[in-house]
Amino acid sequence: MDILQLLVSGLANGCIYGLIALGFVLIYKATEAINFAQGDMMMLGAFITLGLTNTGYMDLPFWIAVPLAIALMGVFGYLLDLIVIRRMFGEAQIAVVILTIALGFVMRFAAGTIFGHEPQSLETPYAGQDLRFGGVVLGVDEAVVVIATVALTVVLFLFFNRTKLGVAMQASSQNQLAAYYMGIPVRRVQSLIWGLAGVTATIAGVLYASKGSIDPSAGLLGIKAFAAAVIGGMGSLPGALLGGIIVGVIEPFASRYVAAGYSQIAPYLLLFLVLVFRPHGILAQVHRKKV
Amino acid sequence: MTTASMEAHIKDPDFVLRIDNLESFYGPIMAIRGVSLVVPEGRVVTVLGANGAGKSTLMKTISGVMDPQKGKIIYRGTNITGMAPERVVRAGIVHIPEGREVFPLLSLEDNLAMGAFTRSDGAKAVQEDLDMVFSYFPILKDRRHQQAGTLSGGQQQMLAIARGLMSRPKLMLLDEPSLGLSPLLVREILTIIRRLNREQGVTMLLVEQNAKAALDVADYGYVMDLGRIVIDGTAETLKRSKDVQEFYLGVQTDSQRGQKRWKQKKTWR
Ligand SMILES: Nc1ncnc2c1ncn2[C@@H]1O[C@H](COP(=O)(O)OP(=O)(O)OP(=O)(O)O)[C@@H](O)[C@H]1O
Ligand SMILES: [Mg+2]
Repeated sequence: MDILQLLVSGLANGCIYGLIALGFVLIYKATEAINFAQGDMMMLGAFITLGLTNTGYMDLPFWIAVPLAIALMGVFGYLLDLIVIRRMFGEAQIAVVILTIALGFVMRFAAGTIFGHEPQSLETPYAGQDLRFGGVVLGVDEAVVVIATVALTVVLFLFFNRTKLGVAMQASSQNQLAAYYMGIPVRRVQSLIWGLAGVTATIAGVLYASKGSIDPSAGLLGIKAFAAAVIGGMGSLPGALLGGIIVGVIEPFASRYVAAGYSQIAPYLLLFLVLVFRPHGILAQVHRKKV
Repeated sequence: MTTASMEAHIKDPDFVLRIDNLESFYGPIMAIRGVSLVVPEGRVVTVLGANGAGKSTLMKTISGVMDPQKGKIIYRGTNITGMAPERVVRAGIVHIPEGREVFPLLSLEDNLAMGAFTRSDGAKAVQEDLDMVFSYFPILKDRRHQQAGTLSGGQQQMLAIARGLMSRPKLMLLDEPSLGLSPLLVREILTIIRRLNREQGVTMLLVEQNAKAALDVADYGYVMDLGRIVIDGTAETLKRSKDVQEFYLGVQTDSQRGQKRWKQKKTWR
């Protein structure tokens, strides 16, 4: 029973890592840049939702605040690419990476200034409720995380495989030149992918803040999610989710069975092993990269 | 319409494409040095030339992937010089690039759907064109759920042409469709190109190194060398011209071939 609960809480955390990792992979596939502000976008999305719905802030109903925050962060991601990232076109990859690290700092600072540095919890309609199956007690918040992740995965799958824009996003990341030749507006598609990364980050942030609390440095979680993305195979969306879940599930077991202090390194140890034995990640999509 | 384009329209009523004194650079390297040519409506025009002559650069400049430094590209009376590729595709020009450039992880069907990306005339019209395309390339129909990256080179070339057709082009820019194909397949592909030209009314600008095969299907030809057009003429004239054959097309004339055979004999142990 105990193990089951560890598993569920690990799974719930893993889903959140997975959703942040998804953002890393989306942007990496589309632009070959790594957005180290992905974790901070998660944090920002959570704070925007909190600002819209918590009492003492704007006090909007939760189910209105969430879609609103998602939309705002989608626009934010889009504009971030349009106004900032695109100017780096043609610069070295490392310059883009450093820029995103700096953007992360800016977001952390902005959130700290507006919301303070104390952890706050997001007020949700289901806070504190439990589900009981026989002797097993599950938090509704954890169940919501898992259900929302599964739902989002299905939606993204359908989007990428059944819609023209989704297929065009895949096409642009597989062969950018050919996408230009087909009349796909590649630049706009890339901005839209940044927007999508803002959307997934916000969903991750809402789920994260609803089952614990959020503070401006929560985005540092992004490092763990980045490890998850690499474990799963940096080029693969299912791999990102899988990597996230693996990291999430390992953590509670490591902290239960491994001496404190060592348990924290479990995800990175795994990252190390994967990089040594399967350098392209677990679900790597191996295909030759076009220039 | 600008005055200039109006003028062009009146002057070239049946030229799909007219290029005036075009110059294109890669950084400091001048790859196109003042190229002028015309492509009449409904014809197959070929651009021949050795490696590095600037043929692909010419195509990229027409399709808007590259911007020219100088010169004009007039398409059906409109100045399209420096226009973004997506607008060029919408206007009816599609570029089938050298080396196929399919989307390797997408299914063949999704590749074709991306060919129709710019279209907004409804799913029914697109489906009709899909059927049309499959009638020219039946082999693609059988494999439509297969990943494009797993197709053979020849099949990928067919897919690249089919994908281009899905945009409903008026003018197709074909960059070395015969590259790396067996002689039999070269003939097949060029025959299909000719049929598409006759039956679907697509005007073709065909870049080739395989001069003989290209001149067999083309109406008119230009020969490029070092970024310039050096010779042009009807396909018949070019085929007969010994100069063209020896100096620009690398085709061996009878005397040369005789000499080569003689040399081979000499070194035969
Ligand atoms: N990306 C590039 N950067 C710099 N120079 C280039 C680039 N692409 C082509 N060139 C140069 O421009 C000139 C024309 O190249 P282009 O590709 O147009 O030739 P081509 O006629 O298509 O040759 P091929 O038959 O080999 O395809 C060549 O000298 C080539 O070296
Ligand atoms: Mg070429």
